[in-house]
Amino acid sequence: MVNLKITEKEIWDLLEQVTDPEIPVLTIIDLGVVRTVELIEGKCLITITPTYSGCPAMQVIEDDIKILLKDIIDCEIKLTLSPAWSTDWISENGRKKLLEYGIAPPEHEPDKSVLFSKPVVVPCPQCKSKNTRMVSLFGSTACKSQYQCNDCLEPFDYFKCLK
Amino acid sequence: MSNSLTSNLLEYTLRIADDSLILGHRVSEWCGHGPILEEDIALTNIALDLVGQATNLFEYAGTIDEKKRSADDFAFLRYEREYKNLLLVEQKNGDFAVTIARQFFFDVYRKLFFEALVNSKDKNLAGIAEKSLKETKYHVKHSSEWMIRLGDGTAESHEKIQNAVNDLWRFTDELFFQNEVDEALISEGIAFDNKSLIAPWKKYIDEIFSEATLEIPTQNWQQKGGRTGMHSEHLGFLLAELQYMQRTYPNMEW
Repeated sequence: MVNLKITEKEIWDLLEQVTDPEIPVLTIIDLGVVRTVELIEGKCLITITPTYSGCPAMQVIEDDIKILLKDIIDCEIKLTLSPAWSTDWISENGRKKLLEYGIAPPEHEPDKSVLFSKPVVVPCPQCKSKNTRMVSLFGSTACKSQYQCNDCLEPFDYFKCLK
Repeated sequence: MSNSLTSNLLEYTLRIADDSLILGHRVSEWCGHGPILEEDIALTNIALDLVGQATNLFEYAGTIDEKKRSADDFAFLRYEREYKNLLLVEQKNGDFAVTIARQFFFDVYRKLFFEALVNSKDKNLAGIAEKSLKETKYHVKHSSEWMIRLGDGTAESHEKIQNAVNDLWRFTDELFFQNEVDEALISEGIAFDNKSLIAPWKKYIDEIFSEATLEIPTQNWQQKGGRTGMHSEHLGFLLAELQYMQRTYPNMEW
C-alpha cells in the first residue's frame, strides 16, 4: 500500500492515539518513546526506544502502532537503545496527566550513588502535602517507586527519575 | 568482519548476556517469596531489568551469529557448557543474605563494567551498556544499602550476611576473568581491560564493608570455570526449569 498523501506530521498526530498499556493516560508521545518518524518511498519508518530494558509494554506498543496504521500506510518499527531514554523526555503535558491520574511525576533527584540519601520530596498527588515518605525504591512497574502520604495516608506511585 | 573477530564478538556478547539471564532467572525465583512485600517487588523488578538486558544482548548476538540463532534459541536451546556466565550468578538463592551478597558483588562489578563498555567502538554494545547502566545504578544502591543494613543490624543479621560473604567470596576473582577473546577485542577497541576494574571494585567493597562492619574473608581460595563453560552443579537444575517448555514443546510460542 502506498499512501502518498500522508505527511510525517499527520503520522505524529495519529500516534497520539497510542497509549502506554501500563499508564493508559499517557500517550507514547507524552512519554517520549517515539524518537523519529520517517517517510521513505511511501513507507513509514518509526523508531521507538524502551523506558527500561525489560519493559513488557514495548511489544504491546509496537503492536498497537501497527494496528493503528495498518489501513493507512505500510510501516516498519525499529527499536533503538541509544541515546537511552530519560524521564526528562516526558512532555509537560505528560507530567500534568500523570499528576491528575494520581502518579507523582519525576522530580529532580540527587546522584543515585549516594547511599541512604534522603529520598527526594515528592508531593502527594491527592492532597498536595509535601509530608510524604518513600515506602520502596521499586514499585508496581519498572519505572515507579512506592510512596505514602503522611497526611492523607494515601499510598501512591512515584514515576522515578531515570537519567 | 573477519571470522575470528565475529566469533570473539559473539563469545563476548554471550558472556554478558548469560550473566544477565542466569542471575535474572535466579532472582526471579524470589517472586512471591520475598521477606516483605516491598522487597519481593524490588527483587522482581531487578530480575526484570536483567532479563530485559539479556534479551537486548541475545538479539544483538543473533545479528552476528553465523547460524542466525534467535534470542530464544540462545536462551532456551543451548547446552549447559555453552553458557558462559560467571559461577557467582548461578549459585543458589540460599537465604535473603546470600541473595543480597551475591547481588552486591555482581552489581558493583556490573556498574563498573557498563561504565567502561559505553566507550566501546561497537555501537550496539555501547548502546546496550548506556541503557543498562541507568538500571544498574539502582541495583547497586539497593544491594549496598542492604549490605549495610544487614551487616550493621542485629547480631543474627550480621552473622548471616558475614556467612554469605564467606561462602561467595571464592567466586569473586572470576568477575575479572580475561582471556584471548578479550585481548583480541581490546585491540579492536571493542572490549577493555577487565583487570582495570579490580582496584575500583575492591575499593568500593572495602568502603561498604567498613560501614557494614563486615570482614573480607582471610582465606582466599578461588573457584573459576563459568566463563569457559565449566559450571557448578547448580546450573543444570536451573536450566532444566528455564528450558522445560521449549524442550518439551519445541518451537512453542506464548
